Amino acid sequence: MKVAVLKGGGGLERQVSLRSGGRVEDALVALGHEVLGIDVGEELVSTLKRDRPEVAFIALHGPGGEDGTVQELLEILRIPYTGPGVRACMRSIDKVAAKHELRAAGVPTPEWAAFDSRAFRELGAGEALEEIEAALGFPLVVKPAAGGSSLGVRFAASAEVVPEALVAASSYDDRVLFERHVEGRELAVTLLGGIALPVVEIRPREEDCFLYEARYQIGRTEYVCPAELGAAQGPVLDAALRTWDALGFDSFARVDLILAADGPQVLEANAIPGLTDTSLMPMAAEAAGLSFEQLCARILELALSRAEAGGPPPRRP
Amino acid sequence: MRDLMEITARPEVISLAGGLPDTSTFPPGSFARQMTKIAQESSAQALQYGPTEGFAETKECVREVMRAEGMDPDLDDIIITTGGQQAIDLVAKTLLDPGDVVVCEAPTYPGAVPVFCSYEAETIQLAIDEQGMIVEELERVCDRLAADGRRPKFVYSVPTFQNPAGVTMSAERRARLVDVARERELLVVEDNPYGLLRYEGEPDPPLYALEGGDYVLYLGTFSKILSPGIRLGWLCAPPPVMEKVVLGKQAADLCTSTLTQYFVREYFAEGRWRSYVEDLCGIYRARRDAMLEALERFLPAGASWSRPQGGLFCWATLPDYIDTTDLLAKALRENVAFVPGAAAFTDGRGGSSMRLNFSASSEEEIREGVRRIGAVVSEQVELFGAITGEHRLSGDRGEDEIPPGDVLPFRR
Repeated sequence: MKVAVLKGGGGLERQVSLRSGGRVEDALVALGHEVLGIDVGEELVSTLKRDRPEVAFIALHGPGGEDGTVQELLEILRIPYTGPGVRACMRSIDKVAAKHELRAAGVPTPEWAAFDSRAFRELGAGEALEEIEAALGFPLVVKPAAGGSSLGVRFAASAEVVPEALVAASSYDDRVLFERHVEGRELAVTLLGGIALPVVEIRPREEDCFLYEARYQIGRTEYVCPAELGAAQGPVLDAALRTWDALGFDSFARVDLILAADGPQVLEANAIPGLTDTSLMPMAAEAAGLSFEQLCARILELALSRAEAGGPPPRRP
Repeated sequence: MRDLMEITARPEVISLAGGLPDTSTFPPGSFARQMTKIAQESSAQALQYGPTEGFAETKECVREVMRAEGMDPDLDDIIITTGGQQAIDLVAKTLLDPGDVVVCEAPTYPGAVPVFCSYEAETIQLAIDEQGMIVEELERVCDRLAADGRRPKFVYSVPTFQNPAGVTMSAERRARLVDVARERELLVVEDNPYGLLRYEGEPDPPLYALEGGDYVLYLGTFSKILSPGIRLGWLCAPPPVMEKVVLGKQAADLCTSTLTQYFVREYFAEGRWRSYVEDLCGIYRARRDAMLEALERFLPAGASWSRPQGGLFCWATLPDYIDTTDLLAKALRENVAFVPGAAAFTDGRGGSSMRLNFSASSEEEIREGVRRIGAVVSEQVELFGAITGEHRLSGDRGEDEIPPGDVLPFRR
């Protein structure tokens, strides 16, 4: 089968995407497919129209690739693609929109407040920081509404450092999210075809939080899979599955959550989780007995069966 | 940060992040003539292995370059290396054992620290000011180490037009450093890639010239005065060190490219290398001026920057609530790039600083690049002001005016 692997792009997670894409290409070649690697740029549409792949494997991360844009284009070109559809991508890329959906669906997620930087410039939102800080407490997590890989995420231990954290987060996205810091175990649940794979627990080694550099350097973070959750296993999987439903996922998703003393709290869901050799989705698949090649094969299968069934959740008559 | 830096290579990005000299100014006709001559007259030799130390003729060219800066080394004290970077590596390989201490400047050349780390050395970074390394600090560090029965294996310094800070060590500090080296029998590794790229002011003698070459090892390169693509640098060291360096060089790559050594020989024989350096200085001076003007015009109050008299870099420091690694993400959306200051420190300092290169872009690109950087910085300054209701300037620096000359205010 002729498979286009979409990777790279101009976003901040370009290198991660190239690593994901490169690994997927190797796996697809080993599976006997004809692989067309595309570093996504201005010529994406013309390349796709010329080469007409039978399916597109999306290995893009962050805005552009994970927000529904590329997915929309592929639908218009009638090329089946891997991963969730446009709607789930749009809802999950924006952490604030996702949290609203989760709350509406009754899925526990840490308390938050979010502002566009314009609110600070034009509406004097700075005056409301005191109330936010009082409502959410310290330490406070400050992060850009869009984007992944922990880029721009800061932990503010006191009111004094909140403005700096806000300036840092706003470098990545105009909208900034303030979130209550929930103490607990950090977990990632990968759902493949709506079925939960073994849960990964993330235990940072050197840093006190899970940041970009630590995330992609082998040995910087310790992972346990399957995580030993005991009685919490049920509630954790339940929270992940309800997140899947609330955001309208299909194909796959990775739900990141904190297991606090009083149960799980969902932080976010990723539409295109990383596929690098330190990424969590391949780790979970391996724990379920799926090699990386088998994981890629299953992902392709999900894309094709969705296309056969008439595409992702209906959006055109 | 490494991942962000990779994005700076996109063609639509105005990159003030690199450290590249402008090789487009080298006359292709001259290049063709020399290579043709080599092919016609010395083809077999130029394609052959050469001596590990380098050809005597290449060393003569090195001596010519060093004489231009007031040094006159013995040819036996010179080894030709594969770029200046290999010279750093050979020094480290020869001298360092795991756990040794290397003292360098803060900030320092970001490419040197990984070399020291790869030989499992510990680096100590010394604060510098507008006159370069603070030698009293060095003495204090030596005393502190001595209390534990330790001493630095060597001091690594770029005293002239420092990368990344752009500052130059004063004559007084140079003299003092040389005295300290002699008194304490301390090796100093002087890295001088930019010395001949001077756009104003009078040069001070290199440490190597002042000291005589017993305690100062000297690293030079043809990269900035001719071409980095030929990968030719050199190291000057006294005989006992040189013996070991030669063994290390042999193990690393047997010899430096014969072909490019022939090229340098022919190029120097034409006798125009100095005028080419003068041409480069003219071009870079105009680009430096364009950068300084643009910084003045586009960076908001609270920012400060060095005014280098030569070299390739300006070092700008923003209000301390701006982290330049995060800012780079925002700058990249505007298609402009710089090197975040934290890259030049091993200890998390430098977070509000950035290195800006002016040799690799046209004056127009420099103005536009700095304008874009100024716009994203201003946006962050404005946001901070809107959040806090104050327009706080950087920590312990309140002055808005930019001091004249080679001045660089550093936070300690």
